Amino acid sequence: MRYLPLTEADRHAMLAAIGASSVDELFRDVPPVARRSGPVEGLPGFAGELEVERQLAAMAAKNIAAGTVPSFVGCGAYKHHVPATVDYMVQRGEFLTAYTPYQPEISQGTLQVLFEFQTQVALLTGMDVANASMYDGATACAEAVMMANRLTRRKKAILSGGLHPHYRDVTTTDAHFIGFEAVALPPAPKGGEDLVALVDADTACVVVQNPDVFGQVRDYTSLAQQCQAKGALLIVVVTEAVSLGLLTPPGEMGADIVAAEGQSLGNALNFGGPYVGLFAVKEKYVRQMPGRLCGQTVDADGRRGFVLTLSTREQHIRREKATSNICTNAGLCALAFSIHLSLLGEDGFTKLARINHAKAVQLADRLTGVKGVSVVNDGFFNEFTVTLPRKAADVVEELAQRRILAGVPASRLFAGQLEDHLILAATETTTESDMDALTKALTEVL
Amino acid sequence: MTMNSQGRPSTPAGADSAVPETVTGNRGLQIEEALIFEQDSPGMSGVDLPAVPAMNLRLGAVKPRAKVGLPGLSEPQVVRHYTRLSQKNYSIDTGLYPLGSCTMKHNPRLNEKMARLPGFADVHPLQPVSTVQGALELMDALAHWLKTLTGMPAVTLAPAAGAHGEMAGMMAIRAALEHRGEKARTRVLVPESAHGTNPATAAALGFSVDPIPAGPDGRVDLAAMEAKLGPDVAGIMLTNPNTCGLFERDVRAIADAIHAAGGYFYCDGANFNAIVGRVKPADLGIDAMHINLHKTFSTPHGGGGPGSGPVVFSEALAPFVPVPYVVHDANGFRLVEGHEQGTEFGRMKAFHGQMGMFVRALAYILSHGADGLWQASGDAVLNANYVMARLQDTLTASFEGPCMHECLFDDRFLKGTGVTTLDIAKALIDEGFHPMTMYFPLVVHGALLIEPTETESKAALDQFILALKSLAVRAKEGDVAYFQGAPRLTPRRRLDETAAARKPVLRWTPSSEPALAAE
Amino acid sequence: MTVKYTKDHEWIRVEGDVATVGISDYAQSQLGDVVFVELPEPGRALEQGKEAAVVESVKAASEVFAPASGTVTEVNADLEGEPAKVNSGAEGDGWFFKLRLSNPAELDGLMDEAAYKDFVEGLH
Repeated sequence: MRYLPLTEADRHAMLAAIGASSVDELFRDVPPVARRSGPVEGLPGFAGELEVERQLAAMAAKNIAAGTVPSFVGCGAYKHHVPATVDYMVQRGEFLTAYTPYQPEISQGTLQVLFEFQTQVALLTGMDVANASMYDGATACAEAVMMANRLTRRKKAILSGGLHPHYRDVTTTDAHFIGFEAVALPPAPKGGEDLVALVDADTACVVVQNPDVFGQVRDYTSLAQQCQAKGALLIVVVTEAVSLGLLTPPGEMGADIVAAEGQSLGNALNFGGPYVGLFAVKEKYVRQMPGRLCGQTVDADGRRGFVLTLSTREQHIRREKATSNICTNAGLCALAFSIHLSLLGEDGFTKLARINHAKAVQLADRLTGVKGVSVVNDGFFNEFTVTLPRKAADVVEELAQRRILAGVPASRLFAGQLEDHLILAATETTTESDMDALTKALTEVL
Repeated sequence: MTMNSQGRPSTPAGADSAVPETVTGNRGLQIEEALIFEQDSPGMSGVDLPAVPAMNLRLGAVKPRAKVGLPGLSEPQVVRHYTRLSQKNYSIDTGLYPLGSCTMKHNPRLNEKMARLPGFADVHPLQPVSTVQGALELMDALAHWLKTLTGMPAVTLAPAAGAHGEMAGMMAIRAALEHRGEKARTRVLVPESAHGTNPATAAALGFSVDPIPAGPDGRVDLAAMEAKLGPDVAGIMLTNPNTCGLFERDVRAIADAIHAAGGYFYCDGANFNAIVGRVKPADLGIDAMHINLHKTFSTPHGGGGPGSGPVVFSEALAPFVPVPYVVHDANGFRLVEGHEQGTEFGRMKAFHGQMGMFVRALAYILSHGADGLWQASGDAVLNANYVMARLQDTLTASFEGPCMHECLFDDRFLKGTGVTTLDIAKALIDEGFHPMTMYFPLVVHGALLIEPTETESKAALDQFILALKSLAVRAKEGDVAYFQGAPRLTPRRRLDETAAARKPVLRWTPSSEPALAAE
Repeated sequence: MTVKYTKDHEWIRVEGDVATVGISDYAQSQLGDVVFVELPEPGRALEQGKEAAVVESVKAASEVFAPASGTVTEVNADLEGEPAKVNSGAEGDGWFFKLRLSNPAELDGLMDEAAYKDFVEGLH
């Protein structure tokens, strides 16, 4: 067994040093009823690499990979091109197999990466300070609401109908069990929500998404001011990090907390995970932030170095009084995000954002030319919603049979609602021939 | 003789051993590396993108932003930046990582190769289910392995990490209690030795945390635990093997007592590596147990994450799972994303779980098989007991053996020396090892918790034992200055954590200190 | 101007009906470098023995309990920028907050300086 270095001779020598006659003896505290007499029955024995590769490759072959067909699927995860460098760097053993940097003297690699990542996230979101990442955008959103509760000592969150339903559901699940109120508005693809009217003396925060789940973009500056005038915080969720290369960022609109998904940069689609939650706040809220934080300091020789800091907020110290129970961050995914952004730089990142927007505009114009298809949004980044003359879920399934992934039917996320709405994304990976294929297929099936 | 004029010295001169000062601050292979923000070449990019087509923006009422403020670097500069940073890290690939309760076992590269198959990596979570049958099949296969290994009838793959799994398990218990109409059960029993996530999770969910003391044998005091039972008890959160590296001998009695009192048994499975494939947790009476795929099942720690924390459930808790979950029926695999059973308690994260970690864990599980896992847990326990046996004469073992997959020492052996557990750890770094877990669990003073895992050779263990033993002896001989100045051979010496916490600097800003010479 | 101590290592110095509260020098030596102090807001009502403040070092966060009941009148604003004052002047300029006592008789149950000194010695 290739991963187990002990030989029989080793085992004998070690048992002798311990003074035990068998490994079994070392398990004597386990109640006999729970002890197995040998390897678990009904499960296969060990397998070499070739065999494992064959088994897993067979499963992989049953999936349609997004890059092999025209794909317009978005809604919280986006297909972008990740430069080759990223994947090679994250697989360096000193990054891949390192632990959490609790011993800073031998973790300056990880720590400097986290410091740079925190800076990048603050720059992208236009906020003062960011943490070292959360599990994903949805849990970051829920944690943002809980932070708003702590800061305002209030217990009600107003969730825009434009918030991704998964994010909404994670927040309402937490609301139920942790003990606060989450008012989730119904979806409003054409907008028209009056969020301010719902803010009262019990409201801790209002949560909006930009671009929203239907792709619509909005300016929330006025909403921020009105919420804050009533003592509530504005939380802005961003599910497409690349949008921050073109749109006015939430920080400049006056957001108090930004909870975002970083998957678009450096990270593959991976069927939904692992992803990377971004969390950024105004300076004055720093001590109420959940998650790990990396800070700059000096060492015994006076040289600049980095350490995890403000740990007393965290579970391993505060235990019951922690700001969150979170332990891990998204380490390697944050590294991938950071490397990709380092490669892009100011010029590359802003250019990438514009290319994405241009592709979506081009796609929207082409689809408008298809009979029965109508674009809902008046402003969007790289994703928008159309209405179709029949059920979007059926259309998507028919196109999937033709090996075209036509987008997300809104009813997939809003069960039983908006059945004629289809949400499509275009990125820098979308080609003319992809758009041709989609337009042609839609013309045929609608 | 013919004269050879090419001769030059072939043995080192040897006299001068002091570390020279260099102009660059670099020390041979150890290269100082500035922040990327300090290496900005305006206009530079490491990615070649096509020209942006001329167009009118369609952003509605939103204005485009002026600038982001990111630095520009070329690809070679970026590669050097991250290569140099990586060289400042210790890792499992470097050497032994004896961190108790972290299970720092070898991370196989096959896992990485499999996770990167386009059929897994390049699949969108919201594609039609008919186009992702293989992904669902993999999730189902992993679920089957986890259920069979633990003997439990149900599992959720949704939680993103161990602490998230604890959250899921305790939410399931809350949901079950609500379903029974027993909202008055708000007290959770938690051993004092528990990991901080346990009380943090319970408290976050509105439970009050009632600590149970340990007995002199390092295990939960059964009588003390039974005395705390009452009609307001929701359950117990027990780590088994516990954080002292010991198997809770009374676990069946504990389970029976909790159930008789109307509560549930949540098991923290962080230490599953000690018993995987050898012990059937279902027969210990558990109702829920989270499994850390990044511990027991070798998915890489990645400098702090990502993790994955599936939770197995008993019949009693099986209806109270989060969405989504995979169902296998006559038409193939499908994903249940709504509350089909009516008892699902809600959603833990966006999409379906840490699929990338599922692929890695399954590759590891298939590589081992039932017999490999049997061998792995046996070797893990053997390695820990060997380390304990070889060290217990020099260090002070906190409890009598045998231990499970980790062994616990405390700082009684340092009494009177002026050397602390922290100092021992920092000196161990100079010897080429990552320190063991320190100051945890809290039930002993100055704890040193050592978990070698099964992927360490006897030679690696012997070298570690030699280093630690020598340091302990040196401490007892009173060489305090040596320890307090450690480490000396690392890219950075001890760092000022007080300053970092008093005046937090959590990001680079343009007005920060001037750039170091970059190249 | 009497100083009294609690067995949780808080001190309280009374002048008229306003009392100043902090942690003892022994307490700060046990905590290590103080990095942050979370103080109550002026106007908050405190109950004897209940949590009034939190003092943080790098690796630990400790609750500070109110030695007596009353209303917070003032907090030590210096501690925000200079938490190190708790270490250098725990029983002087590292004070935490001032309190208008609601029940001065509560102080009778606390230790005086000599008794506290004995108490600390007994802890070793």
